Amino acid sequence: MNATIVAGLLLALIAVAYRAGWSRSVSLAPAAGGRLHSRPVYHGALTALWALAPALLVLSLWALLADPASRAFILAQLPPDVAALDGPKLEEAVRRIRQIESGLGVAGGAAPFENAAAQALAEFRTLAFAAVVAAAAGTGALALLAARRRITARLRARNEVERIVGWLMIACSVVAILTTAGIVASLLAEAVRFFTFVSPADFFLGTVWRPGFSTTGHGAGGEYGLLPLLWGTLMVAAIAMLVALPIGLMAAIYLSQYARPKLRNAVKPAIEVLAGIPTIVYGFFALVSVGPFLASAGTVLGLPIRATSALTAGVVMGIMIIPFISSLSDDIIRQVPKGLRDGSLGLGATQSETIRRVVLPAALPGIVGAFLLAVSRAIGETMIVVLAAGNSPFLRLNPGEPVSTVTVTIVNQLTGDTDFASPQSLVAFALGLTLFAMTLVLNVAALYIVRRYREQYE
Amino acid sequence: MTTNARTEATPMHMPAERIVPQSDLYETPSSTVRTPDAEPRPARIVARKVNVFYGAKQALFDVSIDIPERAVTAFIGPSGCGKSTFLRCLNRMNDTIEGCRVTGTIRLDGADIADPALDPVELRARVGMVFQKPNPFPKSIYENVAYGPRIHGLARARADLDAVVESSLRKAGLWGEVKDRLNEPGTGLSGGQQQRLCIARAIAVSPEVILMDEPCSALDPIATARIEELIDELTQNFTIVIVTHSMQQAARVSQRTAFFHLGNLVEEGPTDMIFTGPLEKRTQDYITGRFG
Repeated sequence: MNATIVAGLLLALIAVAYRAGWSRSVSLAPAAGGRLHSRPVYHGALTALWALAPALLVLSLWALLADPASRAFILAQLPPDVAALDGPKLEEAVRRIRQIESGLGVAGGAAPFENAAAQALAEFRTLAFAAVVAAAAGTGALALLAARRRITARLRARNEVERIVGWLMIACSVVAILTTAGIVASLLAEAVRFFTFVSPADFFLGTVWRPGFSTTGHGAGGEYGLLPLLWGTLMVAAIAMLVALPIGLMAAIYLSQYARPKLRNAVKPAIEVLAGIPTIVYGFFALVSVGPFLASAGTVLGLPIRATSALTAGVVMGIMIIPFISSLSDDIIRQVPKGLRDGSLGLGATQSETIRRVVLPAALPGIVGAFLLAVSRAIGETMIVVLAAGNSPFLRLNPGEPVSTVTVTIVNQLTGDTDFASPQSLVAFALGLTLFAMTLVLNVAALYIVRRYREQYE
Repeated sequence: MTTNARTEATPMHMPAERIVPQSDLYETPSSTVRTPDAEPRPARIVARKVNVFYGAKQALFDVSIDIPERAVTAFIGPSGCGKSTFLRCLNRMNDTIEGCRVTGTIRLDGADIADPALDPVELRARVGMVFQKPNPFPKSIYENVAYGPRIHGLARARADLDAVVESSLRKAGLWGEVKDRLNEPGTGLSGGQQQRLCIARAIAVSPEVILMDEPCSALDPIATARIEELIDELTQNFTIVIVTHSMQQAARVSQRTAFFHLGNLVEEGPTDMIFTGPLEKRTQDYITGRFG
């Protein structure tokens, strides 16, 4: 309700300011011989931006201050004996009053002083909200007037709008960067808490994964060896790449070098459909079709292959990654200058010689970059391995046996009844941090390689 | 027009060396004017009534021409006149373009190059090509030159290959500049050096004919002069066809010149005759800079 009022008010402010700036510049035009530096739309936009800025500033200040202010108000309302309480009990009293005020009610009925305080709080909040809205509208209106006064025929509104829009865009990208930093920071903070229970050496070098149950109480109470999970992750990713790389690369070579344009335009989107399938669907495809197929194929060949295994998960993940490799490699191969191909063909090389000896070597850095990006996807992939890898965190060499991966373990440790103070849950953050570090390194390496390759030909 | 008219038209200037195209040329009905020469020189490539289509669009109309041995033939004409298209017919590079169709006959030493029995890959080893933009492979200088001999199995031992690389680089006039850095990437050379490297690469497979598609258009005047000298030296061993935008270049390097316009071969003859006394008005207009 309040948010709707604020949004409506801001929209109205923008509309009024835009109109004011627009009409002012239009009215100035005849005096300037019909020649304004900027068209009226820019004057309107500039006035609107001016009016919006202080209003937004007031509102965001309130967003920061509302909570401490209402808390201070509640404390002032409490009877002296309650206000004298220490830490947790005082917090409890404040929380109760806020709950009563928001209409949720509290356990054990409300005391008369609590009801009174809640009522006062409600009045205070209404009043504060009205004051803030008035302040926002007032400063907005003042800024509007100031901006309107600035308008002259020579005012470079167009350039100023350009600059403000530039700053807005910078602000947006800063949000994206800060989000990443925030994610890393929260992972890091929780991981550090985990490492107060388990030493980093035991975590990174341990070969046994047996965390126990979080409900069995606090304390380390288990073994948190990363290596079995890392091994499972790498094995599944390796199998996936063994499937995806040859198929994807061959498809890319065919599409970029051999296929007629008509065929290419039909085939490429068809392959890319694979990338649009939700991973959970791949997961039950693995569980229902590929796993049993591989198991029965194993029986025929005399190989012990379980239905849920590293092999099943890896093969299906490989299928998922094919379009990733083929699409990226196709683009990269097509970026190899035509002159190189012609040069080789002109020397009497066959098409396949040209591809092997000239086109692929020239495209290799880019293909390696695509490969690394695909590996980082494979390492971070979750749903397929949850369903198809068998969740068995042991160090095993045989890909036909079930394994567990880092991602699956994170899911296991964080679902169900969890206590975020126990190492059983906190380990998920250490695992997440490990995963993040791995994919970050791979992505940076891939981007670096791809960029160097691009520079070579542009 | 007839040959008689031609001789009457330019009595003042006659070329020192005259080249006689094969006689059947004059039996093919065509608007093309050709000038015979007294001293015969065998034709290496004989093209008759060549038409090229890109999809439904016709790019070349009934082009017939003889390319004489161990001489430079220049193709001139405004952009889009079909000179590069015709050049690319001579080693069947047009095969690599989607929707391109060639009719008519082109014979290299008497053998039809469109013959299904003749391998285009082998043809391109006999008819080398140098492109407009220098296109060295992203490999070392040595590997660039060794590329052709390697894929064609021309050199058995490493020493043979070394010899081929050295002699090709020498013929391309690049050996002195690169002999101490054969293992550095070819892409690190200057534009003119890159183009000479591409010429060395083409020479390394011992072609009979070298096609050059505006080989100097991406180069500065000094590098251009160097390539032009090189082309002159190469005529001792190779038959050269060069497409050029520069009429001065055609005048400097070629013995015969063919003028193309709108997909037609308008006029073809000894270079000095074309430049001093063209028979066709369109040729006259083009070389005097009235269009193009």
